[in-house]
Amino acid sequence: MLASSPRLRAVLMRLAQAIPVVIGVVVISFLLTRALPGDPAVYFAGVAADEASIEQTRVAMGLDKPLPVQFVHYVGDLLQGDLGQSLSSGRPVATDLANRLPASLELTLTALILAVITAVPLGVLAATRPGTWVDHLCRVVVTAGVSLPTFFTGILLIYIFYYLAGIAPSPLGRLDFIYLSPDHVTGFYLIDAALMGDWETWRGAAKQLVLPAATLALFTLAPIARMTRAAMLTALSSDFIRTARAAGLSKSVVLYRYAFRNALLPVVTTLGMVFSFALGANVLVEKVFAWPGIGSYAVEALVVSDYAAVQGFVLVMALLFVVLNLVIDLLYTAIDPRIGFEAR
Amino acid sequence: MLSVKDLSVIFQTRRGVVDAVRGVSFEVAKGEILGIVGESGSGKSVTSYALMRILDAGGMIKAGEATYSGIDLRRAAERDMRDIRGREISMIFQNPRAALNPIRKVGHQIEDVLHQHARATRQDARAKAIAAMEAVKIKDAEQRYNAYPFELSGGMCQRIVCAIALACDPRLLIADEPTTGLDITTQKAVMDLVRDLIRERAMSSILITHDLGLAAQYCDRLIVMKDGLIVEQGDPVQIFSRPQHPYSRKLVDATPRAGATVRDLLPADIRAPEPQIVASDKPLVEVRDLVKTYAGKSGAVHAVKGISFTVNQGQCVGLVGESGCGKSTTSEILVRLMDATSGEVFFDGEDIAQTPARGFARDPRRADIQMVFQDATDSLNPRHTARQAIAEPLRRLGRMRGAALGTRIEELAGLVGLPLPLLDRFPHQLSGGQKARVGIARAVALDPKFLILDEPTAALDVSIQAVVLNLLVDLRAKLGLSYLFVSHDLHVVRLLCDYVIVMKDGLIVEEGLAHHVMSDPQNPYTKSLIAAAPKPPERATPKDQLEAIDAQHATLHDKRAS
Repeated sequence: MLASSPRLRAVLMRLAQAIPVVIGVVVISFLLTRALPGDPAVYFAGVAADEASIEQTRVAMGLDKPLPVQFVHYVGDLLQGDLGQSLSSGRPVATDLANRLPASLELTLTALILAVITAVPLGVLAATRPGTWVDHLCRVVVTAGVSLPTFFTGILLIYIFYYLAGIAPSPLGRLDFIYLSPDHVTGFYLIDAALMGDWETWRGAAKQLVLPAATLALFTLAPIARMTRAAMLTALSSDFIRTARAAGLSKSVVLYRYAFRNALLPVVTTLGMVFSFALGANVLVEKVFAWPGIGSYAVEALVVSDYAAVQGFVLVMALLFVVLNLVIDLLYTAIDPRIGFEAR
Repeated sequence: MLSVKDLSVIFQTRRGVVDAVRGVSFEVAKGEILGIVGESGSGKSVTSYALMRILDAGGMIKAGEATYSGIDLRRAAERDMRDIRGREISMIFQNPRAALNPIRKVGHQIEDVLHQHARATRQDARAKAIAAMEAVKIKDAEQRYNAYPFELSGGMCQRIVCAIALACDPRLLIADEPTTGLDITTQKAVMDLVRDLIRERAMSSILITHDLGLAAQYCDRLIVMKDGLIVEQGDPVQIFSRPQHPYSRKLVDATPRAGATVRDLLPADIRAPEPQIVASDKPLVEVRDLVKTYAGKSGAVHAVKGISFTVNQGQCVGLVGESGCGKSTTSEILVRLMDATSGEVFFDGEDIAQTPARGFARDPRRADIQMVFQDATDSLNPRHTARQAIAEPLRRLGRMRGAALGTRIEELAGLVGLPLPLLDRFPHQLSGGQKARVGIARAVALDPKFLILDEPTAALDVSIQAVVLNLLVDLRAKLGLSYLFVSHDLHVVRLLCDYVIVMKDGLIVEEGLAHHVMSDPQNPYTKSLIAAAPKPPERATPKDQLEAIDAQHATLHDKRAS
């Protein structure tokens, strides 16, 4: 109780700090799309439009008004959840993103969970037995994970498990056509199917997910394993580990309650970084596995100059990073009691 | 109770096998406090880690026997060792803050040990942990139970470490430099506590320390170690009065004590006569109503609350106080690394407090005021050789280049006694004493008038400290320097300084001529500081001779000060 009030204040401070960041993100996503070359009015008016109809479109879209007025309109639309119309799909951008974001998140989160449950024990084992085969295995996996590009690993996995072994389903999206997609609750097929109690569909979705998630996991586990190993080595050589050993504490207590909890901080930092770049970098994986995520959506939109879609994508990703950083910082305060006092 | 025979410990390193301990034998009787004294690298800590079998990776017992109450510590299974550690033999360490898990409540850390040795159940663990905290005289143990180490003072953290060590009533306590890094009054409190607990519980103990004075005060018997060997053992008074081995004699000589001059710290054969320094009464630095207030997280922190003092030309003024008294803040303001909140600092008649610290590096007076830092290792750039470290101020402020620069660097190296071949070494290739010399050479490179010495010998072994202190005395005589000597070690201040200022909580509580303040303190705080300093046993010098030296010393100081 004594320590909770400054920590609570630190948490609230951190939440308050997110507000200007969100405002900044909105301003930048607005200005960025305005600064891109090309005239949206021309695209929206269509191929056969003449000067007059382009001008008409411009007025209809409000693009003839000064920037501040446009910004007010944009923010007004945003507050109503309106991100504009996508040119290529013809649907509202908000709908498109709502359909595709869960697909990307499901893939990334699954990959990350896979990566963590392999990389962290691997790193811990490598740190406790430096120079042994576990340590060398860790080094090999890390090097391979970093140096193999995801599209290559993806294609290799498809070749082995789909083409040669035939145990994986065809890499065509989130669910084989023989299944019906589950009712939309969270947008995560695994969760939605489980909620419906439809285990058939659940297995189908899981089968589709395994290969792309493994591809992404191979890529993301490298930095996590490396950081876990380094952080554990640092923690294990600390003075307080010597104290714990001299007090006769058992190996597992020394390792987990003393060393591992102290090593967690840098690992969590790395995890946050890995998560943010995995969300952006999984576009290649999405392409290889025909995964209907927002990465491939954004690339397609960019290619055809679909500005509303790009703008929506930038905004959603930025907000996601803000939330992610917030979560990581809150995790810090949960792990390290010193944080609340260091925050100003 | 504990018997060690021909114990040898080796470390496998990348550069081959290192013999850390080379066959030591000793015994600890029931109820005895044994002191192991030696300088860094003597193998005193490694010996104790080997007994506990908690050597770092690569370390192993190569030969010898270690028996504790009939148990063979060298061959016991790891399972049995875990039961022995903490329950039969336990340890307390130096740097108590780092010795505790930083993110675990101290109460839980005590409970961990109780659980491990089945001394507590889930229901009574909390009560037993609080009882263990009360046993080491922690007030408000109930509330401290929930504290994290960073919320407690260094002395309090050491009490927690003691509580962890003593929670399961071990019969042998090994204390490895338990008071290094603690303030002198805290040191006394912790040592008194440990001694009382040991006596109360009829335990045995091994006190490992580099401080011969401390060991002599608290131990029944001493062992002097050097390079992994025991060079002498015996009764503390006897070792102090008639050291048999040349190394113990050197250590005894180098231990600062009342009645010794700075030259007495050196081995007899290299003692040169002490230079006569006559300080003028012309003020060089005048501090008036200096105030420094920080904006802290929970309100303003008044580090310095209006102090005034003067350093005359050629004078050495000692600034004494415990951590948090404002002595470091004061020295940083004087060396112009920090701005004062208010007050004046006159240097050669000009108020340098007016020049912001930010721009002082370009001020022509920058070269006149220099500083020697506490930790010689941390204050040198690890990627610069000694030569580059000394060249830097010459290049930047002295605008020296080429041959003139090279000549000056070698001249400085000669001045501080740094052998020329060492100039091209990096800090990690130099010993502590050599690094201290580099730090001093760098500070005097530009012929400053005023040198601030911030505990320049705190991190050094006593024999090296003796040499460095003598070097500082010689430099002061040779270059006509004025010193502000910041320290918590009263014995060292007594040796070096003409005038002493005692600070507490940002205020000067007492000041005066060094030998007056030291021999006849007026303020209760000064008295407690002097009482807390370890008192080595008297030397074998006949009493009257000792008094004669003291009197001689006093007149010397009088001459200096006037």
